[in-house]
Amino acid sequence: MSPILFELLLRSIWETMLMTAASGLISLVFGLPLGLALISTERGGIAENLWVNRVLGAVINGFRSVPFIILLVALIPVTRLIVGTSIGTWAAIVPLSIAATPYYARIAEVSLREVDHGLIEAARAMGGNRWTIIREVLVPEALPGIVAGFTVTLVTLVGASAMAGAIGAGGLGDLAIRYGYQRFETSVMIAVVVVLIVLVCGIQWVGDRLVARLDRRG
Amino acid sequence: MNQHITASQEIAEPTRARSDAAQDVVRLVDVKRRFGATAALDGISLTVRKGEILGIIGRSGAGKSTLIRCLNGLERPDSGEVVIEGRDISRLSERDLQPLRRRIGMIFQHFNLLSAKTVEDNVALPLKIEGQPKAERLKRAAELLELVGLADKAKAYPASLSGGQKQRVGIARALAARPALLLSDEATSALDPETTRSILALLKDINRRLGLTILLITHEMEVIRSIANRVAVIDAGRIVEQGPVWSVFADPQSGITKSLLGTIRPQLPAELAERLLPGGGAQTILRVDVAGEAARRPLLSELSAAVPGPFRLVHGGIDHIQQEPVGTLFLCVPGEDATHLAGVIAFLDSRRARVEVLGHVADPV
Repeated sequence: MSPILFELLLRSIWETMLMTAASGLISLVFGLPLGLALISTERGGIAENLWVNRVLGAVINGFRSVPFIILLVALIPVTRLIVGTSIGTWAAIVPLSIAATPYYARIAEVSLREVDHGLIEAARAMGGNRWTIIREVLVPEALPGIVAGFTVTLVTLVGASAMAGAIGAGGLGDLAIRYGYQRFETSVMIAVVVVLIVLVCGIQWVGDRLVARLDRRG
Repeated sequence: MNQHITASQEIAEPTRARSDAAQDVVRLVDVKRRFGATAALDGISLTVRKGEILGIIGRSGAGKSTLIRCLNGLERPDSGEVVIEGRDISRLSERDLQPLRRRIGMIFQHFNLLSAKTVEDNVALPLKIEGQPKAERLKRAAELLELVGLADKAKAYPASLSGGQKQRVGIARALAARPALLLSDEATSALDPETTRSILALLKDINRRLGLTILLITHEMEVIRSIANRVAVIDAGRIVEQGPVWSVFADPQSGITKSLLGTIRPQLPAELAERLLPGGGAQTILRVDVAGEAARRPLLSELSAAVPGPFRLVHGGIDHIQQEPVGTLFLCVPGEDATHLAGVIAFLDSRRARVEVLGHVADPV
């Protein structure tokens, strides 16, 4: 592999990590409250509101049913509005975040729903309000699942970011297609695959370690 | 002896002195709650007096859980009044209920401890909700863990504790905010008999030392017997019987109470029960229930003095429930002479003992 290709590889790694981390963080910041909103507004939830629940559910399902490559193109006007351009790494973060947020909201919803209803009742019996229940019960008790779900989301984002090459976002996927596939640079292809494997394994390993440390359920 | 109040006599209860009413921590007036077609609570009226331990017993599905959850507003009655310390809470909003719930501690069958918090943080949580500073919360948590005998587990997580220890933490947590009332929702149902005894002893000790009023629900008569002062029996959403525990044990009125008492009450030994014939036989077997004053008298010696002729004690004993003697004796009376038997029964009746002819046996036992 030539020094130029090697430099390209390093830059691609950085771009992939940037896209994954930034959109991952955004999906966490918006997805977790969305997940909380989903379980709180459902029947028997702490802020039951079936109408809000249905609308939220429908919007989330809508975004999740659009294939990412379509979303990438369809969101170009939105991206331009937010970032100022529809091309490049930062531009890719917008559709990636918008795709990952509802995905993560559903994952967080599953973990939050698994919190024993008795614990919520105990907090209510102590005189806790909704905020207490969220802060002291729902989030801390679901934290291992929330972190494990975030790990899954990050790994999914590593894969999705490869498609973002279509709008010139760069990254490892883009490198693999343009150099490894279209120019028959087998060494680039192998290098990209190895880096991706290491990246995914690394994310998973850190996530698993964190979950193990957080899980006190014995 | 039939001092305790049955459903039909319940109307007479409000005649209690007015000054007493101020001592009521809880007063329920005709509380009703339906779930679809079934009435979970079908007109419950009940009072819990300051400092007492009231046990509510019933089979599963009798409405116990709904009842206890009405007391801290986790469940809202369709109609009726739920008066806690003089204030009707049945129409309060969730926000207004919150400060009130801090006056009421609750412990649960499955403990409901937060797995992500240490034992001390669990105990301190009600104080955190109240907005107390951290140092004070932890100081109070340490005091309470001392009280329940778990001072060394402050930094442990609930998952590392045994069931009994978890319930002790639950009790400490329920006491943290210095409640006026402790609700116990089947708190010992998930524990083994030995642990159950130690938890009940702890509750009784807390009741005595802190003067804390306790309302507990259970399906086990053993729990009622070991710590409650008064008992209310609930079935299909109604109170079918209530009164001092010793009196209900000695003279249960309803079929439900009798069946809940089941094996707790002395029974005729099986080998004797098998030989029992409905009519005619050389020996008659009597069941004699005595309680209170009647059980303090030298009943058997008085019987032999008053009614000459033989009788034999075949089984039985005197037990003490809340310092009141409650006894069941099984007597075997030779039946050749019908007037002798009639004399025995008449004498026991005159001494306020309840006598039941169980049957006859052919040969002497």
